[in-house]
Amino acid sequence: MRNIAPGRGYGGAATKLGLNFGGRVHMTDVAVRSGREPEALHDVVVRFAGDSGDGMQLTGDRFTSVSALFGNDLSTLPDFPAEIRAPAGTIPGVSSFQVRIADHQISTPGDAPTVLIAMNPAALKADLHHLPPGGTVIVNSDNFDERALTKAGYKVNPLIDDSLDRYKVVEVPMTSLTEKACAPLGVKPRDAERSKNFFALGMISWMYNRPTAPTEEWNRTRFAKNEMVMKANEAAFKAGYNFGETTELFAHSFSIAPAKLPPGEYTQISGNTALAWGMIAASQCAKLPLFLGSYPITPASDILHELSKHKNFGVRTFQAEDEIAAAASAVGAAFAGHLAITSTSGPGLALKSETMSLALSLELPMIIIDIQRGGPSTGLPTKTEAADLLIAMFGRHGESPLPIVAAYSPPHCFDAAIEAARIALKYRTPVILLSDGYLANGVLPWIVPDVTKLPDLSVEFATETNHTNEDGTEVFWPYVRDPETLARQWAIPGTPKLMHRIGGIEKEDGSGNINYSPENHEHMVQVRAAKVAGIAKDIPLLEVEGDADADLLIVGWGSTWGSIKAAVQQVRATGEKVAWTHLVHLNPFASNLGEILVNRKKVLVPEMNTGQLSLLLRAKFLVDCQSISKVRGVPFTAGELTVHFTKALEEIR
Amino acid sequence: MSNAVTLTTKKDWMTDQEVRWCPGCGDYGILQAVQFLMPELNVPAENTVFVSGIGCSSRFPYYMNTYGMHSIHGRAPAIATGLAVARPDLDVWVVTGDGDGLSIGGNHFIHALRRNINLTILMFNNRIYGLTKGQYSPTSELGKVTKSTPMGSVDAPFNPLAVAIGAEATFVARTHDLDRKHMIETLRQAHAHRGAAFVEILQNCNVFNDGTFDDILAREKRPSMMINLVHGEPIRFGNDNERGVMMDSDGQLRIVEIADMGEDRVLRHDAHREDPSLAFALARLSHDDHSPTPFGVFRAVSRPDYGSMASDQLLQASSKGPGDLAKLVRSNGTWQVG
Ligand code: SF4
Repeated sequence: MRNIAPGRGYGGAATKLGLNFGGRVHMTDVAVRSGREPEALHDVVVRFAGDSGDGMQLTGDRFTSVSALFGNDLSTLPDFPAEIRAPAGTIPGVSSFQVRIADHQISTPGDAPTVLIAMNPAALKADLHHLPPGGTVIVNSDNFDERALTKAGYKVNPLIDDSLDRYKVVEVPMTSLTEKACAPLGVKPRDAERSKNFFALGMISWMYNRPTAPTEEWNRTRFAKNEMVMKANEAAFKAGYNFGETTELFAHSFSIAPAKLPPGEYTQISGNTALAWGMIAASQCAKLPLFLGSYPITPASDILHELSKHKNFGVRTFQAEDEIAAAASAVGAAFAGHLAITSTSGPGLALKSETMSLALSLELPMIIIDIQRGGPSTGLPTKTEAADLLIAMFGRHGESPLPIVAAYSPPHCFDAAIEAARIALKYRTPVILLSDGYLANGVLPWIVPDVTKLPDLSVEFATETNHTNEDGTEVFWPYVRDPETLARQWAIPGTPKLMHRIGGIEKEDGSGNINYSPENHEHMVQVRAAKVAGIAKDIPLLEVEGDADADLLIVGWGSTWGSIKAAVQQVRATGEKVAWTHLVHLNPFASNLGEILVNRKKVLVPEMNTGQLSLLLRAKFLVDCQSISKVRGVPFTAGELTVHFTKALEEIR
Repeated sequence: MSNAVTLTTKKDWMTDQEVRWCPGCGDYGILQAVQFLMPELNVPAENTVFVSGIGCSSRFPYYMNTYGMHSIHGRAPAIATGLAVARPDLDVWVVTGDGDGLSIGGNHFIHALRRNINLTILMFNNRIYGLTKGQYSPTSELGKVTKSTPMGSVDAPFNPLAVAIGAEATFVARTHDLDRKHMIETLRQAHAHRGAAFVEILQNCNVFNDGTFDDILAREKRPSMMINLVHGEPIRFGNDNERGVMMDSDGQLRIVEIADMGEDRVLRHDAHREDPSLAFALARLSHDDHSPTPFGVFRAVSRPDYGSMASDQLLQASSKGPGDLAKLVRSNGTWQVG
């Protein structure tokens, strides 16, 4: 077995070993089976599901990367177990990764998988409902022993009763085949077992005609320090690939041609990485060092991890003692003249509330990143939701408006980060940047930005005194404003002569001196509100996609973008007219939103909450915006939205 | 920032703001002492920042002609941490109180000390909430009758120095608002310390907790009740220096008559000892406000501060040149379409 070459391998061996495929190989179409030419597909959705320890995220990631390099368009949906340490083999411990690859442009990870790979009974039980009838399910039959079945809650082995009759079931003893493949290397079966995800990856790589070199290369680099693991993975990967090639379990392989994407240099990126890079880019554009104060929280921690890697960009990351300190340290860094950010998720946002109000009152630039997850309280840490819009909008004491920017796709997180920084720096205000678990971990291809064309965000710190006291002394007044933006001057410590004090107590406009007078307080409340409202003049007008004059308008925000886009395309393909606008700025709204909303027969707002944007739109524009709500921890599918849109069209016909 | 530090006087460090503490408040004395000290430190005012939280003490920054922030309750150490880590060139002071620093901000307080952030932290301990008009604080004694404890407090108090030492503080000292000279000397040493320097300043709140430290700090009581710690010197006190502190065979510190025990049994103060047990024992020598209490520098040891280590990592990471954004956005691998 030392000289495994493509085209030779295990299928035969497996059969000769008399491995039991259950006698119920459901791929029974003999005619198809005989054809070994790859069948061209436009689009395929693969869902890898297994126990948390089975390496499904890694397997999915690899399959995605290879497909990206191959030139497919793609979109991913990792689905992490809710419990980090759920018992092995149980349903709460199931970790899945769905990836869609296509030969054309797509915007969602697919409504339903074409193929489900289930590494154990729990994965099958947890994820089978995603698979439409007729779909293919490939199971690791080695794991369907009585113990595993019981853990997953199966009374009868689904591989031997008729519960899977509606699917094409392929049973592959992945564990034992992996162990066999690794045995010549001297790897003990227990250790070899860990490489079974590479066997699955190999099999799927064959099935979809993926190039093998990038995966092998990656494995060699990734596990360079652990040769045994590297070799075991390699052997398992090849064995899986050859298994597909040799056995007659699979009728034939499939091919998905590279997508005709707009020309350019592409990479693939997840939302959290894009957001972290966007912040680094913003700091370069602003010529200010970046400071991140953060406290670990799912699903935001990857931003802390990513930024911690890039100290060579002058990035300072501070893992604080708690969420409040994370925000407070950012306030300190902002006062010091850094581009200061803090990253968190819902519970952390709640804790930062008072500190955000301080930053608002100090009128210092700062960005609060909220990677939303299912709430309230601990809620669904690993599942997505977009129900923090109203806390972002109103979740502070007193009159405390803040700008809100929301990212809509993984690559857009990069642009959204720069936009949030632009507003924060220009208007000297904290800005809330909303993303969510789906964007954070989802991956899309991204045209590599030309970094020389990024906007100039440079700020001018105050260097001169700006007020003369009655006695003739020249002083610096911290609350002297730019008449256009209402931004106050920003003088940083270390600047001679500009020593000044600021605080959370109400202060007099201009001087910044403590002032409790009723007139002053009212003025300050109004000025702070006017400053934020005025940003509307400085944000791009909304565009309407689809049929601009349609009776049905869809208003979206955040990660619903991909599903709405696909659904709008599907509905319009039937000849119906639909208009769609997607908000990036949630406060203030773009100045043409009102015009877009009026004179529609119906306005629908799909949201991963119970109607938060529709509430804001109704309040502000007195338009009957109807909510399409989903709070199930997973994104809308395009199909779901298509049904809603079609129904709405029927209602207004 | 500027190399040639222009000589300043106390007046240069004062602001035009009207000082608004109650007449007779101990805070005035502390402000004076700090303003007296500043010219000596040779740090330009523009490189000095005072950060405070909420409480009477926290008005402090408004009265210092430096950069300053009057922030929110308890958070000053966290804000100052961001400031000091972002800007190691600055001289950052934190002014807090027993409620601000040990109650609502207790978490930030201990972590700033543990990390050894380069800060000088002054805690005005008056054992009461003054700004909110007289509730017991985390340093109020058991049984204390206040507006919120009409039948007496059932809350065991904190010993701020013991908390600080337990939190791995590298510099811990105590002084009081009535002795400007001692305050200035203590603050000077605190300021000279690289890392987090913590100074508890016993402060009289003459409105809500008047005379709480009188048994120790009344002028006539001081010789017999204040134990002045001097590094390297025997720990002795008393009207005629007749009493001393010794360590018993059980490890307990005891106050003894030197005549009974002999000079050589008296402990020699060692503020630089790595092991914090002596400083801790000294911090806990007095259990109430009626027995002899040590003052001065309990502990001053050197340990790398967080900000310097963080800056070193930045330098190290940049040793191969600054970050290249164009490279970063390609670091996941790229492919060409069209
Ligand atoms: S209440 Fe007490 S501590 Fe506060 S200013 Fe008045 S005397 Fe000073």
